[in-house]
Amino acid sequence: MSIGASSTPLGKVRGLGSAREGGEHWLTERVTSIALLLLGSWFVASLLLLPGLDPHTLAEWLSAPTGAIPMALLVVVGFKHALDGMKVVVDDYVHEPGTNFAVNTFFLFLAVAGAAIALYALASLAFGARA
Amino acid sequence: MVKTRLGALAETCAVHGRALSGGTMASPKSRPLSPHLTIWRWGPHMVVSILHRATGTALSVAGLALLTWWLMALAQGPEAYAIFDKAARGPVGLIVLVGLTWSFFQHLLSGIRHLVTDTGAAFEIRVNKTSAILTIVGSILLTIVLWAWLMGVRP
Repeated sequence: MSIGASSTPLGKVRGLGSAREGGEHWLTERVTSIALLLLGSWFVASLLLLPGLDPHTLAEWLSAPTGAIPMALLVVVGFKHALDGMKVVVDDYVHEPGTNFAVNTFFLFLAVAGAAIALYALASLAFGARA
Repeated sequence: MVKTRLGALAETCAVHGRALSGGTMASPKSRPLSPHLTIWRWGPHMVVSILHRATGTALSVAGLALLTWWLMALAQGPEAYAIFDKAARGPVGLIVLVGLTWSFFQHLLSGIRHLVTDTGAAFEIRVNKTSAILTIVGSILLTIVLWAWLMGVRP
């Protein structure tokens, strides 16, 4: 029910009051951003310090635990942070409730699918099965 | 500058107050809007705020799509990777990659600035403005250094 849709005074006040949730989304954005600060720095530093950027060197780097595990974390936390961030943008600009739900759900599916594909690729690299 | 902003803010609050205390509910069309881009005077802090959103969106969509493609191409072997490699080294690919690199550093530095302001610090106009400018200077410098290194330039 949207704010102001109720016809009674009490209902109106309830509609305007604390939702008792929502803070978690804000906090998660910050916590994932701190994790991405570390993982992003690791990613950039790795690209700079690798002996080469040819597919052989890259595959070798990402199939070892020291490459595969941080990269898996970067994928999961990265997609989560992107999803949380896009929700803020969508909620700011897409006001109609139905469209808002549709766009947010689309991004949720996109993020989960993207993370699944990226993790599958990493798993094939790490466990030696060609994707 | 401060005066103008506070003036605009006070005006908005007044409009809000009237609408909320007016007794009768205003129709959805005439309800007050919060101040938007047209009301604020442009400054580094505003530019950086908008850039944070724009670069975040670019990284979320193009950045993660490219990361996923890159990992999948690596996993599929040399032939698949050659397709990615050719696209990445083409003029469009380079523009996108350099753009995403700058977006990454801009979003990262601006994100650090956000974490600081989340604690309630750095809202003084001078500090706020200087830190905003520094995120842009820093992101451009880091992008140049990273790509120079990737192109084989060593100190």
